[in-house]
Amino acid sequence: MKLANRRVAGIAAVSALAITLSACGQDAVQTDDGAATGGATTGTSEELSGALAGAGASSQEAGQNAWVAEFSTQNPGLTLSYDPTGSGAGREQFINGTVQFAGSDAAFKPEEIEAATERCYGAEPLELPLWVSPIAVVFNLPGIETLNMTPDTIARVFTGEITSWNDPAIADANPGVELPDSAVVAVNRSDDSGTTENFTEYLAAVAPDVWTYGGDGVWPIEGTQSGAQTSGVLEVVNGAEGTIAYVDASRVGDLGTAAVGVGDEFVPYSAEAAARVLEVSEPTEDASDLRLTYELARDTTESGTYPIVLVSYMIACSQYDNEADATNVAAYFSYIASEEGQELAAQADVAGIAPISDSLREKVTAAIDQISAG
Amino acid sequence: MAVQIETSQVRDLKPPSNLGNKVFAGLASGAGWAILVTLAAVALFLVLRAAPAFTASEEELSGEGILRGYGFWGYVGPLLFGTVLSSALALVIAVPLSIGIALFISHYAPRRLAQGLGYIVDLLAAIPSVIFGLWGARWLMGVVDPVFAWLSDTLGFLPFFQDYLPPARNIMTASLVLAVMILPIITATIREVFLQTPRLHEEASLALGATRWEMVQQAVLPFARSGIISASMLGLGRALGETMAVLMILSPGFLVNFNLLMPGQHQTIAANIANQFPEAAGLGVNVLIATGLMLFIITFLVNMAARAIIARRAEFSGAN
Amino acid sequence: MTTITTAVDTRPRLAPWVPWSILGLSLAAGIGITATAGSLNLLGGTALGVVLYMVAITAVSWVREGERWARDRLASALVVSAFALVMVPLVSLVWMVVSEGMKRFGPQFLYTNMVGVYGESELGGAYHAIVGTLLITGLASLISIPIGIFTAIYLVEYGGGRIARYVTFLVDVMTGIPSIVAGLFAFSLFFTVAGPGYKSGLIGAVALAVLMTPVVVRSVEEMLKLVPNELREAAYALGVPKWLTIVKVVLRTAVAGITTGVMIAIARVIGETAPLLITVGIVANTNFNVFDGRMATLPVFVFRQYAQGGQAASERAWAGALTLILIVMLLNLVARLISRWFAPRGMAH
Repeated sequence: MKLANRRVAGIAAVSALAITLSACGQDAVQTDDGAATGGATTGTSEELSGALAGAGASSQEAGQNAWVAEFSTQNPGLTLSYDPTGSGAGREQFINGTVQFAGSDAAFKPEEIEAATERCYGAEPLELPLWVSPIAVVFNLPGIETLNMTPDTIARVFTGEITSWNDPAIADANPGVELPDSAVVAVNRSDDSGTTENFTEYLAAVAPDVWTYGGDGVWPIEGTQSGAQTSGVLEVVNGAEGTIAYVDASRVGDLGTAAVGVGDEFVPYSAEAAARVLEVSEPTEDASDLRLTYELARDTTESGTYPIVLVSYMIACSQYDNEADATNVAAYFSYIASEEGQELAAQADVAGIAPISDSLREKVTAAIDQISAG
Repeated sequence: MAVQIETSQVRDLKPPSNLGNKVFAGLASGAGWAILVTLAAVALFLVLRAAPAFTASEEELSGEGILRGYGFWGYVGPLLFGTVLSSALALVIAVPLSIGIALFISHYAPRRLAQGLGYIVDLLAAIPSVIFGLWGARWLMGVVDPVFAWLSDTLGFLPFFQDYLPPARNIMTASLVLAVMILPIITATIREVFLQTPRLHEEASLALGATRWEMVQQAVLPFARSGIISASMLGLGRALGETMAVLMILSPGFLVNFNLLMPGQHQTIAANIANQFPEAAGLGVNVLIATGLMLFIITFLVNMAARAIIARRAEFSGAN
Repeated sequence: MTTITTAVDTRPRLAPWVPWSILGLSLAAGIGITATAGSLNLLGGTALGVVLYMVAITAVSWVREGERWARDRLASALVVSAFALVMVPLVSLVWMVVSEGMKRFGPQFLYTNMVGVYGESELGGAYHAIVGTLLITGLASLISIPIGIFTAIYLVEYGGGRIARYVTFLVDVMTGIPSIVAGLFAFSLFFTVAGPGYKSGLIGAVALAVLMTPVVVRSVEEMLKLVPNELREAAYALGVPKWLTIVKVVLRTAVAGITTGVMIAIARVIGETAPLLITVGIVANTNFNVFDGRMATLPVFVFRQYAQGGQAASERAWAGALTLILIVMLLNLVARLISRWFAPRGMAH
């Protein structure tokens, strides 16, 4: 083939490729431009426009995907995005102004509240508990779907005191179940995570004499098997038999789960049972009308509660410097807090969260109504 | 017959224009300066963002959960150890293999297959590290599990092989995956160097009756020595900074020991940063960046050592 | 009467069928041993068989052909088995990616993005990520390749001074920058210069360029050093100015190696997740403007889909990985074609 021909062919091929690539992409879910589709929304009837960016907890990713998708469909003029970079990065990006709202597994630390207030042009930031998710204790024992475990047993499994599955502590609570003689391999999160923090807080609250490490986002015991993020932990659990771990309940898949001892009963995990915990919990000392942070009652013995929960907060400013940001944030948060939004994320194949109660919704709505443009 | 040339004529003849040379030389040294400036910027930024971690008091540091109660050096020490250990293991496994593969492609394989084979090895370089992590977790761990179990049973009295625990999420598996990841880079560079061995030297060796291996020993390997070290440095750079694969394979710990088969013992700096960064805030971020600075310094020291080795064995190279 | 002894070994070499039969026997023995010891393990058996072969052939050759040929046979066996060994992870990796990725790979996956996709929705693809990866990596290459090649030229052709020594040294230092630190640097740079609100593909491109440049410099430097001095001197003798010599003679001679080096650099960064995760993040929609707004990239897409979990997301992650590998394979092919096109006659190998 002549050199000139080859050159022409080469250029033609590259341009063809470039044209195909730029022309033929399409949105996965098509929306009609200009017309807000139906559905009972609590947003305003005016068209929302502009850009709204949020970042933060990866625990909220599945739900945020759904919320962003649905809200964008209802408000096609708005460019909405949520970046699941992690709670710490999310709070930092909120404080330095990169994003207008954030999601965080942990409430603001005292020094962060100061910085956040400054970012909000002198007004208080909002912290709303719009994400309540049960944490399930999962294990990989073929043929066994559920096991009863008292809080004490769970603590001793995760400190390494219980080393074998047919230990009397487990066997006694599960008469009739054939437990193998294999080793118990406890798996934890290797990264600093809200799930770990909530789980260790639970252990510290219910079995303080066994679990002496207190509550912390970083797993305190060395020399264990661990994985990065929920998917890492699941990789380990699914990869070997006899493993046991704590993960967000929506990711359980077909692993066996533990029914946790509460008072005299054994309560399996469920969204409703998890939601009951928030009802019996008190607000923290520094909570306010806008910052609805809670001190979870993990050692509750209320019947029908599932005490191992993760509460993740949505963070925003009560005052923005422009009308668009204020309207957009208020509308989006109202949607998330609404029945529709909470039910959407509560679906099992979306995120399986526990929808917030109506009384909490009232408080949340009151706080959202305070968002204004200064 | 003498030709008379006026001296004025000779002096008036201008030398060929220097403009092209000047411009090109300017571009070349400009690029060099760009490197200097970029690196100065990176160093400056790292030091600035890491400084708070060095100057923080014991109290402030203890408030940061990720430090688990160690001081800064108690935190970084095991991380440095883990990084060096995993990279050293990976190099020890990868470099001999790379030399073998490069030799195979350049001198042992049938000529017509050589290019295709080189292409296939380059394919490994194309695979993103996330996939190596997944492959390591789902395939390699299953394969090495019986090997590690056997090692632990028979040679368990040695500290290297004691107390193996399935699943195989230990530094040995991580190093194996790292070795597979750095193989293509090292192989590709060494292969090119082997292919450039002067044919004259090779044929002279063969003409004197050398076997193929002797020819390689005499003509190819000495010529390629600095190229091999250079390629290894490239591979080492990749291994030291590898994040995702280690993150997905290793069960981390903060201990300094040689228990290669036990989980929860070691951690590398890069994987640790990736692990902790999303949830880190305030002083925690500074600490993590400070560990990044440490990694930077380690690589720098290793490279200095390599340069010293190359300089001492300065070989003939085309541009000298 | 004097007998002349020569150093040349005149003993006959082993007949061709001998090494092959020893190989066959060793493999059979290896697999047989593992089968009797425990379960039938093909991989372990083959490995054992190869070790047995090396021992056997060296011994046989030592006795029949002499020490030098025995060493040669052992070396050949080692070299071939090194190659075979590296084929194992490659084949299993490619097999895993292809078999898992094909579940979802296809035109629909390549042409849709993730707008409006959540939960277990079967919709959604990687179009936005492909566009993002190509644009960001392309921009990074545009920055780093010229700088890299010119730095290598500077080091090899104009080098020797103090500045050159510093530059060499610093390029070494640069190879050691962890990818996540490069990302942190790019993030802070743009944070300081352009403010916190600025998010774009350019930031990711800068991070990748920092990672790519030293690789390009090193590889190209090695290639340039291998160009024989005679070529340069011949050009100078003909009165060719230095810059033209470099462009037309040195670069042209080394072009195959340079393209390989550049391809390695691109392949190195195209799969980088960590720096892009913290600079560019992930979005669901397609963004063609690399200077404005967040973009999706394939490695981050793969990672986030994997981290999200669930059947559909997992399949998308593998399909995304397959796409990434295919793109790099394509780039490799293009590079080989380019180097063959440009290489002067007689240099093709």
